[in-house]
Amino acid sequence: MFSFFPVWHRNYLVWKKLAIPAILGNLADPLLYMLGLGYGLGQFLGDIKGVPYLNFLAAGTLAYSVMNSATFETLYSSFSRMHVQKTWDAILNTPLSLTDVLLGEWLWATSKSVLSGLAILAVIWGLGLYADFAMTLWLLPVILLTGLCFAGLGLMVNSVAPNYDFFMYYFTLVITPMVLLSGVFYPPDALPAWLAGFAAALPLTHAIELARPLALGHWPAQPWLHGAVLLAYGGAGLAAGLALTRRRLLR
Amino acid sequence: MTSPLTITHLTKRYGGTAVVDGIDLSIAPGRCHGLLGPNGAGKTTTLRLALGLIRADGGEIRLLGHPMPAGGRAARARVGVVPQMDSLDPDFTVRENLLAYGRYFGIGRAEVETRVPALLEFAGLAGKADAAVPSLSGGMKRRLTLARALINDPDLVVLDEPTTGLDPQARHLVWQGLRRLTARGKTLLLTTHFMDEAERLCDTISIIDHGRIIVEGSPRALIRDHIEPQVVEVYGEGLADWRACAAGLCRRCETAGETLFCYTDDPAPVIAELDRQPELRYLHRPANLEDVFLKLTGRDLRD
Repeated sequence: MFSFFPVWHRNYLVWKKLAIPAILGNLADPLLYMLGLGYGLGQFLGDIKGVPYLNFLAAGTLAYSVMNSATFETLYSSFSRMHVQKTWDAILNTPLSLTDVLLGEWLWATSKSVLSGLAILAVIWGLGLYADFAMTLWLLPVILLTGLCFAGLGLMVNSVAPNYDFFMYYFTLVITPMVLLSGVFYPPDALPAWLAGFAAALPLTHAIELARPLALGHWPAQPWLHGAVLLAYGGAGLAAGLALTRRRLLR
Repeated sequence: MTSPLTITHLTKRYGGTAVVDGIDLSIAPGRCHGLLGPNGAGKTTTLRLALGLIRADGGEIRLLGHPMPAGGRAARARVGVVPQMDSLDPDFTVRENLLAYGRYFGIGRAEVETRVPALLEFAGLAGKADAAVPSLSGGMKRRLTLARALINDPDLVVLDEPTTGLDPQARHLVWQGLRRLTARGKTLLLTTHFMDEAERLCDTISIIDHGRIIVEGSPRALIRDHIEPQVVEVYGEGLADWRACAAGLCRRCETAGETLFCYTDDPAPVIAELDRQPELRYLHRPANLEDVFLKLTGRDLRD
């Protein structure tokens, strides 16, 4: 049942050796975006939907940071373990199966992304960028779901990657458009209808539809729907990743 | 004792090509069994099938009593594997590598810690427990991989080309380790390209080509049954002119590159003739496994 745990544990022990720079790296980029744009651009924008721009941006940054962390881990780090270091091959010679390996990798990448999310949440709390503290506790499951979602999708991309350069396509064609269209920086209803329809299908949109209301002190409109979409994307990504990795390593 | 690994009528196809084409194999407990074959003969595929990593198209495999691949988890718990490619964790020290690998077998930290000193001593890595893996030489890494494969005190150790890429000193150390394992009653199954390695280590050898086992037996029996006992290797200027003469003096002649191999029961006439040919140089030696291998699999280059 928990036979994937040694895989998770192995990644944790390697990460622990370089934990401090890893955490700082995770935190610096989204924090600079949030504070730079929030204070800088916020000066010119005034209030958005009745709140200062920085407060508006906080939930978007949270979701974006979790997505980035899960994506980087399952793309570059998982690829190193699978393709370069042959760590997965070594594990497959033991009683563990490929399902254990991918479950361990999925939950590990999710764990790392949850840590990134917690770091941003701490900043949100520290700077008081929220309306109702109790409501912000609901951001914890949102962080978890977002991590599971993008870790699953990342493992799918990893399974078909011939080399590191391939990941550039995923970032350019999927992640960057998602960041720009999913409502990280502005409310998605600012988009023309045809683009808004496309944006509504993107997983990051659903993460932000959950996170933003919670940060601004009200309950999301369709919490179960958004949560289910995130889980569906993550589960489908994991299942596809597992099938494709099996074809890649075990044929 | 029953055989740790029995394989019957095993086949595996990729596309239209049968990479493993009806292999039958039964290895004896406590012995070293070698799989020899040119590149692409199906050695590694056979090992991967035996370990339950890939699914066969036909045939049956029993590994330590478990049908494969269904019983893979239980069977692999009793097997140690030394893969062809280095798969040590470069971020871990020597000790941490063993600890992490032990965890994959469900062996707790305390238990692995008690095994580490003996394993490192066995691998000639005593005092290196806290060394970083990238600081180890190629030979040390291979020996650490061997120690790692023993973390679960396996009944069967599977080694895929265990000494490829090692210098002669390092190879001898690995061989010594492997002989100590059979002395302790472990069964070894190894693939190799090196005939001297197979001849030295293996009790039984299966020569595989085109996915089939073409002969099987002890190294001595294979040499006795498949090749003339004496070999004279001839090379040098004027070899082409002398070739016709050689054909009358020995049982069988073969050319490989710039060398003529004369196989014979009685080398005296060949050598007497060669001593009258100052421009030709020669080497007289007893036949070995490589002669058998080349006779059976041919001298064409495989890619």
